[in-house]
Order: sequence, then C-alpha cells, then structure tokens
Amino acid sequence: MSDTQHAEDVANQVANEWPLWEVFLRTRAGLDHKHCGSLHAADAAMAIQMARDVYTRRQEGCSVWVVPSAQITASDPADKAMYFDPAEDKVYRHPTFYTLPTEVDHM
Amino acid sequence: MTASIQLQQDAATQYLLRLGDTCLILGQRLGEWTGHAPVLEEDIALANMALDLIGQARALLSHAGTAQDFDEDQLAFLRDERDYRNATLVELPRGDFAFTVQRNLFVATLLKLLWQQLATSTDAELAAIAGKAVKEARYHQQHAADWVVRLGDGTAESARRSQAALDQLWRYVPELFDTDAVDDAAAASGLGPRWADVQADWRVEVGEVLAEAGLQPPADSPFRSTGKRGVHTEHMGHLLATMQHLQRAFPGGAW
Repeated sequence: MSDTQHAEDVANQVANEWPLWEVFLRTRAGLDHKHCGSLHAADAAMAIQMARDVYTRRQEGCSVWVVPSAQITASDPADKAMYFDPAEDKVYRHPTFYTLPTEVDHM
Repeated sequence: MTASIQLQQDAATQYLLRLGDTCLILGQRLGEWTGHAPVLEEDIALANMALDLIGQARALLSHAGTAQDFDEDQLAFLRDERDYRNATLVELPRGDFAFTVQRNLFVATLLKLLWQQLATSTDAELAAIAGKAVKEARYHQQHAADWVVRLGDGTAESARRSQAALDQLWRYVPELFDTDAVDDAAAASGLGPRWADVQADWRVEVGEVLAEAGLQPPADSPFRSTGKRGVHTEHMGHLLATMQHLQRAFPGGAW
C-alpha cells in the first residue's frame, strides 16, 4: 500500500467515524452541570440517549448536556505557566477570611 | 443435576408467567449482546435494558411463585420448556442489530401499554410492579424507535436489513394479541387486561415508527406461534440450556 493510499484510508476512516461529544451531568437540582466524560454519537439526540445509558446508570444525574467536542476551545498547555502559576501566591483573592452562614451551600 | 419443579398452572399463574417469562427471555437474549454490540455505548444500553427486563421478571416470577412456595430462582431456572409461557417473539435468536432493535420496539410498546393498564390491577403487588416498570418500558420504546428509524431511513444496507428483519418478525406479532381463557379470566377478575385490549394502540404506535422508518410490514399470514401456551420453537431449548446450566449443575448456587 502506498503512503498516499494509506493516508487516504485513514482520512476516510476518520470521516466515517461518529463525532465526539462531551457529556455534562447535573447530579442534583440546584447544582451545576459538571463534565463527566465523552462519547461518540451520530447526532445530538443520539448523544443524549447514549449519555443517559453510559453515565447515569447509578443515579449519577438528573439532567444531561452534550456539546460537540469540536466546539470546545481549550487553553494551550504551553501557556500553563503564564496563565495559572501567577495566582499561586495571591491568597488574598480567596474569600476564606469570611464566616459563611450555614444556609449558604455550595459556594 | 437438579430436578425440574412442577408448577400448578392456574389461569392467574399463567397470566403472570406470560408477562414474567416474556421479560425474562428477552432479557436473556439482550444479554447475549454484551461485548458484541456495534459500539460501546450501545453495548451498555442493551445490557441496561436486559437488566431492567430481568428485574421486572424477578418481581413477577417471585409473585407468581409465592402461592406455591417457589422462589424466583426456581421459577427462572428449574422449569421445563413447556412451563415457560413467553411469547415466541422473544425467544428467536438475537439476529443482527436491526432485528434486535425492531423486536425491542415491538415488545417495549406492548409492555408499556400493558403496564399502563396493570397499574390499576386488583392485585396490589402487580399494580406496584407495573407502576415502576412502565418508566423503564417507556425508555426502551424510545430507544428502540430511535434506532428503527435511523436504520430503516439510513443507508441502502441498513434499510435492506431492516426490511428483512420486519419480514421475519411480523409473523410472530399475531400471537401477542390472541385471546384465550387465561386473558378472559384476568379481565374478569380485574387482574389485568387481555393483551388484545392494547392491540389497537400498539398498531398505531408501532405503525407510526415503521412509517417514519420507511418500512412496510408484509401481508398478515395465517401462521400462529404458540409460546404463550408453552409450545415453543426449536430455539427455546438451546436458550434454556445456556440459561439454566449453572443452577442445574450447582443447585442453589449464589454469588
């Protein structure tokens, strides 16, 4: 098999594969949706159905979101030091110097 | 080897066994997909549904056996073939994926419609089982309908396989809605509806999905399968051999 042929086959395989979806679950009413994994599905409706079967078998959630993985723009790992390290020594940014009333859950 | 149990088959027991065995045997067939489904996500989905069905079967068989002092395991694993009262449709080999999702559609639609009526059964335990099971059946129906449409209205190959599955399955549908003394007794006592009572709704709901999928049911044939009366196809013995083997070889085995 020539290299071009091989490259074409791989491209076709990728083109024929179902797109990837990121799955977000809300575990309880009032909480926010959290990322829990990803799956392949042909479209959004199928992705929701599959997310239900794959990620909520043990009562993990009461609501599901799916987002095409291709629609997510992520930060560049190479920027990690520049982006995140400077926050390390800024403890004054944490609201830990207040006493929260017990009624305020999930801050 | 453990000997088979002998079950008294009064009408109410047969009515419960028809429901319970239909769930049990379809659960066993769906379990055969574990590790073999076309994609990982469907593998899990089919296993989920198999477990839902086996859960329903457990509740129904426990209930059916109580009066005669048999437990769910004895009923599930220690009956002879003739004492199983499932509709023949569910014992057919699992076929390809098109066959499986179409059969799931037929059975889930039937069970959903039955559970809805059984929720008001005069038998309080059966009503409670139905109240829980109807939610599961509703999802099974939606899942199956989604796939039937995707495959029927998909590629030339998936449409061909879907039509072939329908041609094969359709002959086993009339048995679902045949009425006999068991149904009449259940209807008279308020235990539950005749299965024929949900036929009109079944035809509308399944018909809508088949139409959307571009599938055409074949002409009705005079053939009648007889699983609900205990007379099964040649596939049933093989299925039971696999299903019963462990309990027969290791009586009362649990883990």
